[in-house]
Amino acid sequence: MAYRWKNDLTRADVTPKSMWLNRRQIIAGAAGVGLVGSSAYAQDALTPNSKSDIESYNNFYEFGTGKEDPARNAGKLDTSNWTIAVDGLVDNPGEYSLNDLIGGLTVEERIYRFRCVEAWSMVVPWNGIELADILDRVGVQSSAKYVAFETVVQPENMIGVQRNVIPFPYVEGLRLDEARHPLTIMATGIYGEPMANQNGAPIRLVVPWKYGFKSIKSIVRISLVDEQPPSTWNLINAREYGFYSNVNPNVSHPRWSQATERKIGGGLFAARQDTLMFNGYDEVAGLYEGMDLATFY
Amino acid sequence: MIVDRINRATRRVPAWPIYIVAVAIAGFQFYQGLTGALGPEPINALEREYGELALKLLIAGLVITPLRTFTGVNLIKYRRAIGLSAFFFATAHLAVWAFLDVRAWSRVIEEIIKRPYVTIGMAAFVLLIPLAVTSNKASIRAMGANWRKLHKLTYPAVLLGGIHYVWLVKGWPAEPFIYLAVIIALLAVRFKPFRFQRARA
Repeated sequence: MAYRWKNDLTRADVTPKSMWLNRRQIIAGAAGVGLVGSSAYAQDALTPNSKSDIESYNNFYEFGTGKEDPARNAGKLDTSNWTIAVDGLVDNPGEYSLNDLIGGLTVEERIYRFRCVEAWSMVVPWNGIELADILDRVGVQSSAKYVAFETVVQPENMIGVQRNVIPFPYVEGLRLDEARHPLTIMATGIYGEPMANQNGAPIRLVVPWKYGFKSIKSIVRISLVDEQPPSTWNLINAREYGFYSNVNPNVSHPRWSQATERKIGGGLFAARQDTLMFNGYDEVAGLYEGMDLATFY
Repeated sequence: MIVDRINRATRRVPAWPIYIVAVAIAGFQFYQGLTGALGPEPINALEREYGELALKLLIAGLVITPLRTFTGVNLIKYRRAIGLSAFFFATAHLAVWAFLDVRAWSRVIEEIIKRPYVTIGMAAFVLLIPLAVTSNKASIRAMGANWRKLHKLTYPAVLLGGIHYVWLVKGWPAEPFIYLAVIIALLAVRFKPFRFQRARA
């Protein structure tokens, strides 16, 4: 099932390590002489963000609500002896180690646009496994219609959980056909290295045509269910955050427009760019045929 | 007594350095945005820094009167500089939003009309304009009692500013709610029932 989706970009297009290590200094230097507006990095929508951008600007409320909080606080996350409970309508339920769940499956590099519901975006070179491959390994029963996910809760290591900023554990869900789509991956790395804790180590979901909060981090439970599972932001405010949450420039968030976004890392003079339907992944349109996406936002 | 000592010290400390510090802070933060010190999304960061400073200074301006009535500490000579610095940061906040963030007049107008949190932020700014314009000795002399009446516009302006901040956040981060609570408390002590109790105490 791997290799069902092909990157527009190849490995050669990923910034070499020496470059992403230096990118911030380069941008800073360019800004200093007023060149930032013409920076090729800022202009090209599919140039991956630097590793430091990706690791320093995060939403991971378990570690605080500020963008820089996860980078500061997620070091405490204990990822040793990680296990993932697989339950519900599956043939092989149980408590899986990471190796049991994904060992031997094909890890691909997927360079995806990542669009936050807050109207900023990045491009991330993920390393991950198609979720469909994992689902096949655990054996999905025919009565299953949705996949539910749950993030780890380590109160003693998570300052946001101690402060109860939103209800925990963080939960998310996908329709089974969304989960099985070739674009949907479970990522374990970024730039060919194990991902940082603030990015959702050791394993997270990546669904590139949906707003970022659907791509749940640091997963400890995968449940196959027959009814639409709860999702955290939908529980907090159903009017603002729907279950589907597909990137859609035509459906505004009740408080702000989703028509444009700003790719982070472009400096103080970075322009906004138009947000694309399904974040540019038109191949998923068939999943929603006949659905009014303004109703099922 | 400590209060007398503070009040005596204020005679020697002029208000004008407040303007210099305000401009220096704004300039330094802009420089930080240029050099990457505000993180990979400096536009939002700068917008937020300027906006928070405007709110903080508006709150500081509201503290001065109750501070004098409750403790006797008199910082009234700094109030104009604090208020004008608040207006300066509110202007900088608006400028970053319009020129660096939204960047198109048509969308600026659309956002002001369509997004309630922008509408009330803008309303707060508009309320501050006549206050900034009349923050000089000539206006005070010319307007007499009306000057005090006009400057009560600070109350709705700072309240709208506090609501503007709460309205745009996602989830329940502490800061905006703390700002709003402090603003409401500082406005509440200005109501008559509170003043009556204070007079008897």
